[in-house]
Amino acid sequence: MSKQFQFKLVLLGESAVGKSSLVLRFVKDQFDDYRESTIGAAFLTQTVNLEDGTTVKFEIWDTAGQERYKSLAPMYYRNANCAVVVYDITQSASLEKARNWIRELQRQADPSIVIALCGNKSDLAVRRQVSQEEAQKYAQEEGLMWAETSAKTGDGVADIFTRIAKKLPTMAPPASRSGPGRAGTSAGRTGVDLNKQQRSITSGDQCNC
Amino acid sequence: MDEEYDVIVLGTGLTECILSGLLSVEGKKVLHMDRNDYYGGDSASLNLTQLYRKFRKDQAPPTGLGRDRDYAVDLIPKFIIASGELTKILVHTDVTRYLEFKQIAGSFVYRDGRISKVPSTEMEAVRSPLMGLFEKRRAKKFFEFLQNWRDEDSATHQGINLDKDTMKDVYEKFGLEPGTQDFIGHAMALYLDDDYITKAARPAYERIVLYTSSMARYGKSPYIYPLYGLGELPQAFARLSAIYGGTYMLDKPIDEIVTDSDGKFVGVRSGSETVKAKQVIGDPSYFGSSSESGKLRVVDDGMVVRAICILKHPIPGTDDSDSVQIIIPQNQVQRKHDIYIATVSSTHNVCAKDIYVAIVSTIVETDRPEQEIAPGLQLLGPIYEKFVTVSSIYTPIADGRADNIFITRSYDATSHFETVVDDVHDVWKRVVGKDLVLKKREVEVTE
Ligand SMILES: Nc1nc2c(ncn2[C@@H]2O[C@H](COP(=O)(O)OP(=O)(O)OP(=O)(O)O)[C@@H](O)[C@H]2O)c(=O)[nH]1
Ligand SMILES: [Mg+2]
Repeated sequence: MSKQFQFKLVLLGESAVGKSSLVLRFVKDQFDDYRESTIGAAFLTQTVNLEDGTTVKFEIWDTAGQERYKSLAPMYYRNANCAVVVYDITQSASLEKARNWIRELQRQADPSIVIALCGNKSDLAVRRQVSQEEAQKYAQEEGLMWAETSAKTGDGVADIFTRIAKKLPTMAPPASRSGPGRAGTSAGRTGVDLNKQQRSITSGDQCNC
Repeated sequence: MDEEYDVIVLGTGLTECILSGLLSVEGKKVLHMDRNDYYGGDSASLNLTQLYRKFRKDQAPPTGLGRDRDYAVDLIPKFIIASGELTKILVHTDVTRYLEFKQIAGSFVYRDGRISKVPSTEMEAVRSPLMGLFEKRRAKKFFEFLQNWRDEDSATHQGINLDKDTMKDVYEKFGLEPGTQDFIGHAMALYLDDDYITKAARPAYERIVLYTSSMARYGKSPYIYPLYGLGELPQAFARLSAIYGGTYMLDKPIDEIVTDSDGKFVGVRSGSETVKAKQVIGDPSYFGSSSESGKLRVVDDGMVVRAICILKHPIPGTDDSDSVQIIIPQNQVQRKHDIYIATVSSTHNVCAKDIYVAIVSTIVETDRPEQEIAPGLQLLGPIYEKFVTVSSIYTPIADGRADNIFITRSYDATSHFETVVDDVHDVWKRVVGKDLVLKKREVEVTE
């Protein structure tokens, strides 16, 4: 039987760098030029099938705008197995923001987290403010994966998620391999499942103290 | 900040976050602010740094407690009762996907100088030292009566009218001893005092049924608890709100509740900026209960003393349980209100390995509150560190309909969140003008 893994993936980065667009491209292979800031984004999942028969299911958390006023809840990156930190190659300030998020993750997240730094909007290379060399050098120093992507054209998008999928099963400690099981299946849960139908209480024996 | 909102919510405690989430889902444009740089207000869970910053201003956390990031220490001690209303809201809104729960391992009750487990199985009940053999038979009859009760079937009523007869009448009918009454009223119906005995029996009946059905749901105790602490609950509802368009601003000082000449709500001022909205909802600390927050719109309705105790061992006499509730019924220690102990540990990802966090609490009756919880502290064994708070419980003086200012209640001394959900329903009705209806969701059944 082929191996199956489930991982929690979070997106981080300044507003409007294209986090939700990357997810939309990855999950639905779509792009929308006039995307509103993230509203009502459901809980998205996407499965990557690797060549060796392994399947990796990503449980994807988008920030829902809570990062805009520095109000992202710690629960967001708690238990995350991987983080895609996004900057916009046409905005050098967005790389600065990305660096802050990476520092925050290194401080607060699980030490085994896999971090990918992602320079989005590569289709707008004429307006480039962040050079590939600069970003790549930083990524190397911090031990991060790095790629440039375009959610608009799809360039590099599937590729970076596949690279993360390949790296994760070998990186994550065995305990988190099945993932926290929060994707609605109860399979990975170690605790109690609230969605489970209540046991009926018909016998008069519940408490015979 | 020149946008206008439908509702501004002040404070990110659980009550406010549930309301914010439900209002956003309903399509309201919500701005949610908090003066602190963390989520949860009074219902937050703090790491060691935050805990020491709050209680020991010029002292760093001792190194003997392990890593800061392993800690999520609750400020108020509560558990979720498995079959209660909070569980319904969690399932209905689907925020369960952000959370993981574990059972609380056991519930104990203090009697004649020692603690005993509240039986959760028939086996435990038979062996329990809480009652003698004959009393166990009488109690069995009493519980069968409650379990079989059907409103529409008078044959199940055994001559009792739950809406007219008092709980005293019911206890007497089954011939239950005072110690058993204490056990039922305090360890199962979870009454904090004895006022219920002389009132109509129905509410007590409902509370016992809630307890037994919660106990039956997962087995060990009637309670469940979110991994990483109670502070995860407000965060989960805040995320729900944000996903439906709610805007979040933490670390925002609230300087003024701006009203017009009729006293009606206009907006909220922070520094030189004023944000406008049709309505405001907030916890009491934004409406006069804390010194800097302007006009007083709440009243003080009693006080609760809580001692957060860090232990390096499980509580003696609890079979090394990783988590427990212990109830000391008021009669046992000559008080008017029960003393509660709530303990969690690293099993719930709230502290480092081999550490236990116990909170001892009660409603204040004297001017020496810390002495009042001594019977509870004595059950803990050596206490490594102790943080004591005495807080007022505030309630709003007006229902908000006249001025569009809607204030929630402080967290009370009860052991679970049912009164928080009552408050959510109450505020919702005043804000929206209709009852909060949680539409039925398909329940996923997994085996
Ligand atoms: N040209 C180009 N535009 C993009 C690309 N990715 C996203 N955009 C556009 O950038 C804008 C912002 O994209 P979003 O995906 O909403 O950005 P976000 O990071 O999710 O923003 P917030 O939800 O506000 O934090 C939208 O107008 C997108 O259409 C890209 O690769 N190329
Ligand atoms: Mg977005």
